[in-house]
Amino acid sequence: MVQCNFKAITVVPSGKEMIDIILSRTQRQTPTVVHKGSRKQTIRHFYMHKVKVTGENFKDKLFTIIDQFPRLEAIHPFYSDLLHVLYNKDHYKLALAQVNKARNQISKIATDYIRLLKYGDSLYRCKCLKVAALGRMCTVIKGIGPSLAYLEQVRQHMARLPSIDPNMRTILICGYPNVGKSSFVNKITRADVDVQPYAFTTKSLFVGHTDYNCLRYQVIDTPGILDRPFEDRNIIEMCSITALAHLRSAVLFFLDVSGSCGYSIAQQAALFHSIKSLFLNKPLMIVCNKIDLQPMHALSEEDKRLVDEMKAEAHKTLSIGGDQNGEQQVLLTMSTLTDEGVMDVRNTACERILDHRVEIKMKSKKINDHLNRFHVAVPKSRDAKDRPIYIPQQVLEQWAKAQEGEQEKAKRKLEKEMENENGGAGVYSASLKKHYILASDEWKEDIIPEIIDGHNVADFMDPDILERAKELEREEGMVLAGDVGDESEIDGDMMPEEREALNAIRKRKKALIQEHRIKKSTAESRPVVPRKFDKDWQFTTERMGCQLSGLGLDPSKAIERVRSRSVSRRGRKRERSVAADGTGVDSMEIDNEREGNNKKLRLRSVLRSRSRSRAPIEEVVPGEGFKDKEQKVKAIKLGKKSVKKRNKHARKGEADRVILNMMPKHLFSGKRGIGKTSRR
Amino acid sequence: MRLEKCWFCSSTIYPGHGIQFVRNDAKIFRFCRSKCHKNFKMKRNPRKVKWTKAYRRLHGKDMTQDSTFEFERKRNRPQRYDRINTEKVLQAIPKISKVKATREKDHITKRLSVGRVNRKREDRRELEQSISLVKAPSVLKEDATLTLPKQKVTVSYAQTENTRMEE
Repeated sequence: MVQCNFKAITVVPSGKEMIDIILSRTQRQTPTVVHKGSRKQTIRHFYMHKVKVTGENFKDKLFTIIDQFPRLEAIHPFYSDLLHVLYNKDHYKLALAQVNKARNQISKIATDYIRLLKYGDSLYRCKCLKVAALGRMCTVIKGIGPSLAYLEQVRQHMARLPSIDPNMRTILICGYPNVGKSSFVNKITRADVDVQPYAFTTKSLFVGHTDYNCLRYQVIDTPGILDRPFEDRNIIEMCSITALAHLRSAVLFFLDVSGSCGYSIAQQAALFHSIKSLFLNKPLMIVCNKIDLQPMHALSEEDKRLVDEMKAEAHKTLSIGGDQNGEQQVLLTMSTLTDEGVMDVRNTACERILDHRVEIKMKSKKINDHLNRFHVAVPKSRDAKDRPIYIPQQVLEQWAKAQEGEQEKAKRKLEKEMENENGGAGVYSASLKKHYILASDEWKEDIIPEIIDGHNVADFMDPDILERAKELEREEGMVLAGDVGDESEIDGDMMPEEREALNAIRKRKKALIQEHRIKKSTAESRPVVPRKFDKDWQFTTERMGCQLSGLGLDPSKAIERVRSRSVSRRGRKRERSVAADGTGVDSMEIDNEREGNNKKLRLRSVLRSRSRSRAPIEEVVPGEGFKDKEQKVKAIKLGKKSVKKRNKHARKGEADRVILNMMPKHLFSGKRGIGKTSRR
Repeated sequence: MRLEKCWFCSSTIYPGHGIQFVRNDAKIFRFCRSKCHKNFKMKRNPRKVKWTKAYRRLHGKDMTQDSTFEFERKRNRPQRYDRINTEKVLQAIPKISKVKATREKDHITKRLSVGRVNRKREDRRELEQSISLVKAPSVLKEDATLTLPKQKVTVSYAQTENTRMEE
């Protein structure tokens, strides 16, 4: 039997789609350009090629369709019947036949027109022929459009059919609508069938798988069947009938003993008897569902009798090898709501299937080949002595004790019960310290200290720690007592006045160093000027006096001496000594008489007031070469102007072109706030 | 709950602080803060990083060997709770830590005292050598103490000078 894979059928395009696909394919795969001027042969060949390609493509496509759809004779009768039920065999066959006919027509068209094209004399005629050929092919396809649409629908539906393996161990579930078939299937397999209170919730077959004894079983859920004559049945019921008829499986007939499905037991029994012909040669089980609503012993007499009748029927299907209580194997009770008996039903069904299959295998001719391969080895008894099972006494005692212990455990009050008594999980929290084993029971509820002052208490645990600590303290006390005399420090201390002196010394040293550093750094640019030209008036007697008195000396004498030896004074003194009469002569008066004597002196002597006062800068001095005051002023201004710019740039002079930093980073890096990088 | 020591700086790690790093050989490194963690990741040796306890102990800055260290020792065996012993321990711990603290302080003081003596000596030397910067030698001869000299009377101009200036 071909295990056809309905999911592998390719999509059937609609008529229009197919035309589009094929024509565009032709356009792509054949050359598209031909010239009027080329040879006739080329033109003919060009158009013949087009017609041929189109024809071939159509044929191929239609062939795949016909090929892939299953032939109803070639598949398992279950599937063929199912397809008939769902899609109507005749209609299906007709559609496929039409497709086939279209295929033949197209091939004929193609050959005809190719023959005609052989004699085409001009480009225009050949073109017309080609157009005609393609047009006819497309019309044919358009004609089978409805068939293609139907086939596409069928294909889609077929792909969604449940994949039922007809040769696998199968359990089939049937009965009236709403008796609990789908609930049962949900319970024993992982299938998720819709369970709803209305009838005909399940509208098609559903497959689930369940395991028993390491073997896989298929469980098929069917839509409910109503008690009607065969001809009146609708498609949904026919699905289940088909399944029943063709699948070699165990049948579980579900009976709703409570009547909550809307049908009485009598009606269900009637249905049973009408379809019992389908149960031939299949292991049959009657399953009474919903016993939580209606227990079995509370059934009425009438109902009991009906049930017994059904049981009798089912007995007939019991396999010959069935040993155990036949009662249990045929009539079962369960409730899917309370899960009572569900697994038992499943197990019994699986067992019966296995027995049935084994029986059939035994009956077949091939079994002898298999049997020859088996051999069960049994140890041969050496003598007539009876050797029963032996368990040592100790082991038996242990087992007995274990049993007792379990009972005791059952008697002991559990923490869980205590929790429930005292208010539940959120309210009561069991005291975990209850079973602590400590030296004294009072300590059980103690909070154990773990940390103190940045130390771990556990690290210090020692039975005699307190004595050791006390000893340590005593030691420390003694050491402290002996350690008082350390006064040597005080000898080295300075008195506050000495401290002051030291500070002054340090200050002076720092000042000297600073001066030296300034001098050093400006040494190159600063000319060494003799003291008499100091414009900052640094070297005054005041300053000298301060410095000397700072050192502790009396400066008055030194100042006198300096003053007496100063240039102006020197001149003055000499003058006075000459004019001893003390007339207080003004030095400006040049005395011709004393000229020769004092010439030398006078040249050297300059009146103090004179030496201190200078002429205003604009005054024209004859030796300089200026015409008048304005000229000199202008010259001075020009001179200052030329220097000003350089001074601003801290240049030493004209020739100072030093650039300390050729590429200062702030001018050459970073993003531009305005403008471009090429113009920073 | 335990107070751990930081692997890098040896300070105590309180609960809720720091990071623990478990290496593939199952050695656990605990760090008190990200500073130590980052230093560890840079593969710095705590014995070479000045501010860690490891450095200080190694270079003798802090006390290394003392009997007070033996009181605090991590025990790996759990001990049954004993109220009496625990009370004793709680009394003893402050005593021990006080003694330990004083001893550590003394160690540091002793270490630094050498410097103090040296500095005093240097100061005296400097004073003796450079006193001439603030005190003239003649003044020093009269008053041999190493202090600042008494200030002499300040200079005032002679009157004759002033009249000349006005001219």
